[in-house]
Amino acid sequence: MAPILSVQDLNVTFDVRRQGAWPWTPSQPLQAVGGLSFDLQAGETLGVVGESGSGKSTLARAIVGTVPTSSGRIIWKGDDLAAMTKQVRRKHRRDVQMIFQDPLAALNPRMNVGEIIAEPLTTHEPHISRAEVKRRVGELMERVGLLPNLVNRYPHEFSGGQCQRIGIARALILKPELVICDEPVSALDVSVQAQVVNLLRELQRDMGLAMIFIAHDLSVVKHISDRILVMYLGRVMELAKARELTREPRHPYTQALISSVPIPDPVAEKARHRPILEGELPSPLSPPSGCVFRTRCPKAQPSCAGDLPVMQDVGNDHHVACPFQEVQKVLVTTD
Amino acid sequence: MSLLEIEDLRVTFQTADGPVNAVNGLSFEIDKGETLAIVGESGSGKSQAAFAVMGLLARNGAATGTVSFDGTDLLGLTPKQLNKVRAQDIAMIFQDPMTSLNPYIRVSDQMAEVLQLHKGLSKRKAVAEAVQMLDAVRIPDAKARISMFPHEFSGGMRQRIMIAMALLCRPRLLIADEPTTALDVTVQAQIMDLLAEIRREFGTAIILITHDLGIVADACDKTLVLYGGQIMEQGATTDIFAAPSHPYTRGLLRAVPRLDRDDEELQTIAGEPPDMSRLPAGCPFSPRCAQVLPHCSAIRPNLDVFDASRMRACHLPVAEVL
Repeated sequence: MAPILSVQDLNVTFDVRRQGAWPWTPSQPLQAVGGLSFDLQAGETLGVVGESGSGKSTLARAIVGTVPTSSGRIIWKGDDLAAMTKQVRRKHRRDVQMIFQDPLAALNPRMNVGEIIAEPLTTHEPHISRAEVKRRVGELMERVGLLPNLVNRYPHEFSGGQCQRIGIARALILKPELVICDEPVSALDVSVQAQVVNLLRELQRDMGLAMIFIAHDLSVVKHISDRILVMYLGRVMELAKARELTREPRHPYTQALISSVPIPDPVAEKARHRPILEGELPSPLSPPSGCVFRTRCPKAQPSCAGDLPVMQDVGNDHHVACPFQEVQKVLVTTD
Repeated sequence: MSLLEIEDLRVTFQTADGPVNAVNGLSFEIDKGETLAIVGESGSGKSQAAFAVMGLLARNGAATGTVSFDGTDLLGLTPKQLNKVRAQDIAMIFQDPMTSLNPYIRVSDQMAEVLQLHKGLSKRKAVAEAVQMLDAVRIPDAKARISMFPHEFSGGMRQRIMIAMALLCRPRLLIADEPTTALDVTVQAQIMDLLAEIRREFGTAIILITHDLGIVADACDKTLVLYGGQIMEQGATTDIFAAPSHPYTRGLLRAVPRLDRDDEELQTIAGEPPDMSRLPAGCPFSPRCAQVLPHCSAIRPNLDVFDASRMRACHLPVAEVL
């Protein structure tokens, strides 16, 4: 089956002025995303994890089309994003929607809930009658767990979890085919986070949505995703099915990431060996040569500084960008 | 006698909408070298309890009860006396290291100030000791970097600076308020490792305020679960995680996805975190509780001892908590 979205060798570069630089010194390129490729099938959920500065959000913005790509292609249902005609671009804007991290900041404080949710609809389908808009807004509010009688309230009257539900309703009103969630639950309390994660899973299943779920919390990502893409400094380290990636990680970075996640169980926590990754993410302005992870990698060899590691296919849809990859179980699993 | 004993601590804020009770009758103690976790969601009063201990409440807030540190009641102290206790005996680190460091002052000056003020060291000696402390919290090239400004450090490094600064006077108690929430997981693991080492090396007691149950499981001996400013249950961390005795704790543990399990659906706690200005007269968790009893919203359950060392505040018998 042809993928709904195909990202091929994507590069996104920003021009950055160094602090204290003279006006005439040329700006430096900052590669936010480098050589990234993946396919997304209709109805599939792809999780994207990585630390801050790994290029997760830039990837999301590139797919939506709000940051220009420097090279590579983003193919949406057979059309290249960079070469779309006006009509196709309009269709793409409808079909790909986004849910943001800070639910309150993402909503216009001077519009009421009804207007916020209806706005995409009235923009894309201006001929729809007001009664129909009202009906669809009410229906959707109920679907995401908001009482329809709250339609005239303003965002500040809602809690974080409810604001996120409003954001979800707004993203879904056009019946999109792909929803990109950029850290949708990281600003929420634990008990509310579970509600929103469950809601997203349910909607994804019922509406047959494809989803790109970006988060730094690997436990949440694993829970919701079919496949997981692990990024580091703008590059893909590993891509595999969620269960396989967490149980049989092959890339040293994925292994380190998993072992850094604390498990909410004192017994399980004491039972596992937790090697801790030293150092921090290097500056993206001067990334290491060769493999970008080599400066913190426990397995690094002199050869890692040479060429970029080749993405290896190890079977079962599992791809790793490390020549020294091997399965190392970092979790103690109970079943 | 324990290092810190808190008895019936209450924190009330006077607001335009009337008084808001942020902390309602908190009691606990912590011993030398122990680690206590205070777990709760936003609005549970976990930070305000810490601020009350440190005398850092906002101007419209007042604390009652007793906070006895090594025999002295901290709530009755004058600001001058309190300043002696702060930093020398109790130190605190905050969630966002950037907002707690002064952006205009070099790290060397900020750190040296602590030692000059509390220990009367000369500037040169103070800076030398600060460098040693930065070395100890593993800031590479500390000697050169100490004269940099806070913004020149990364988030993880800033948190290390905060920790180093808090440790300068070798406090006996360290209160860490969400110390890793703003950090990446790999850096979080480094910081938690550092805190464990500090406790081993100096025998520092640590109160860790957090919403992350994973960190609690990893780092703390004792746990106290707060909701709506009240203790829901407290006891040894292993006991609470193995057999939570309160519907809230149970719900919380089931609501977090676990990396080492393949759970299909997350179990949720219905509703939203409480509005502190409109708490029910009874148990604050009763509006969201799945096993609520008719009298729960009217009568406040007592914090009772059970299983010898554990405590819980719930009308429902332990055996019936599902």
